[in-house]
Amino acid sequence: MVNTSVVLSGITLSNPVIPASGTFGFGYEFAEIYDISILGSISIKGTTKEARFGNPTPRIAECTQGMINSVGLQNPGIDKVISDELPRLRRHFKKPIIANISGFSVEEYVFCCEKIDKEECVGIIEVNVSCPNVRDGGMSFGTSPESAAAVTKAVKAVTSKPVYIKLSPNVTDIVSIARACEEAGADGLSLINTLLGMRIDLKTKKPVIHNKTGGFSGRAILPVALRMVYQVYEAVKIPIIGMGGVASAEDVIEMMLAGAAAVQVGAANLVEPYACKTIIDSLPDTMQKYGIENISDITGGAH
Amino acid sequence: MKKGLFAITENRRVAKGIFQMKLSGDTSAISAPGQFINIALDGFYLRRPISVCDCEGGSITIVYKVVGKGTEYMSSLAAGADLDVLSGLGNGFDTDKSGTAPLLVGGGVGIPPLYMLAKRLLAEGKSPVAALGFNTADEVFYTKEFARLGVATHASTVDGSFGFKGFVSDLVESLDLRYTFFYACGPEPMLKAIYDISASSGELSFEERMGCGFGACMGCSCKTKYGSKRICKDGPVLAKEEIIW
Repeated sequence: MVNTSVVLSGITLSNPVIPASGTFGFGYEFAEIYDISILGSISIKGTTKEARFGNPTPRIAECTQGMINSVGLQNPGIDKVISDELPRLRRHFKKPIIANISGFSVEEYVFCCEKIDKEECVGIIEVNVSCPNVRDGGMSFGTSPESAAAVTKAVKAVTSKPVYIKLSPNVTDIVSIARACEEAGADGLSLINTLLGMRIDLKTKKPVIHNKTGGFSGRAILPVALRMVYQVYEAVKIPIIGMGGVASAEDVIEMMLAGAAAVQVGAANLVEPYACKTIIDSLPDTMQKYGIENISDITGGAH
Repeated sequence: MKKGLFAITENRRVAKGIFQMKLSGDTSAISAPGQFINIALDGFYLRRPISVCDCEGGSITIVYKVVGKGTEYMSSLAAGADLDVLSGLGNGFDTDKSGTAPLLVGGGVGIPPLYMLAKRLLAEGKSPVAALGFNTADEVFYTKEFARLGVATHASTVDGSFGFKGFVSDLVESLDLRYTFFYACGPEPMLKAIYDISASSGELSFEERMGCGFGACMGCSCKTKYGSKRICKDGPVLAKEEIIW
């Protein structure tokens, strides 16, 4: 028997497979079709201080082996998430979850962290400083080492839970930002968020997405994600949750060899609702095929 | 929602750019007219959401328009091929609201879901009237199928090459009907026109670019008087009273 369990900041996950924030809602749609308690954890839909509708539609565009979204952090706000969504999710999923939070100021990140810190079901707080779809927030905090460190320091001061900073690939040097987060006290890093992209409709001759640009995700971005996880792994000691284009057990292994301690699955859930289940079901056989006994042993194995 | 393989039993052109496909598989997740299926196509990342035109036993009929590369590829598929399909998506129309004499208004490929709705209404002993709008005579489809069900069927074309000349909303006005409720599906300007002239309560089915089609990605959200709704999960059918244009 192979061992699929991994440990993130002292929390043991039965397997390294975690649906990525924004691609799994709060889990209910998937609980209709399979037992989501098999998941290693769940990164919930990104949450902000106030309720948000998000951007105008169209906010989805198809790409070769991927998609662009410009949802723009639609969510019911932190209070409703805590009072309504988390209890509903708990009916289907009893393991520690990852709470993904966003903000438009350092104060808003702190506000959300303080609130979510009191929720027993939250194992890890994933701080999104990399949403490409909102102005004056999100990605603007993740594109410089100084501002990423400032958010990290501020949220670390108000929570005792492990804090993982979710990094943007839309930067010149992700390694310097990763290092700055580690130095500011981050317990781990999640990478990568989506790549800023665009499609243009040949009939209207205008961008498909109402906001013109959006975040590109899906299979096509796996090589970019692997490269960035590999580079960041060499530069930091804190654990990395790797994501970007993961859609199979082989991809999970590849991402862990690059340096990930656990893996998130994003866009794949949207086109194949059983994606995470299929990956988890096929992971033991795939590990055996490649002579892997303990999945946690392979983190960074490619270095 | 249910995922399954469906075999294509028929895929043929029924009008200019319009194709009818019949699929055989597990249809148990389909509960209401106005729901849709989401079809995975080889070589395309996102599934293609298409409304259900008819569902009988283990067979689904869809009628779709070739509008891009995905639907063009669909139109090339031959009987016997299998498709990976998510079925039973969306809320669908509520026939309990219809009253005795509902009006069905469809425009172009908004017409297909009204066919299954008409069958359901007739089975419930109601007397639906259909107003079906097209651009031109080449694109007319399903007027005979509606009439064959026993539905009083009226058609219009924008250029007047078939039936009433004008938009389907003009046709509805010219008919001066007494109806108890209306159901509408078609392009948004048509929906707005019907909304504006409607003399009763009604339900309108909307389109939006979707990511997943089952409520996870929030890609197709819209604002309503009762808060934000996902066209794919809380829709595609919205009540007249909740719509914000």
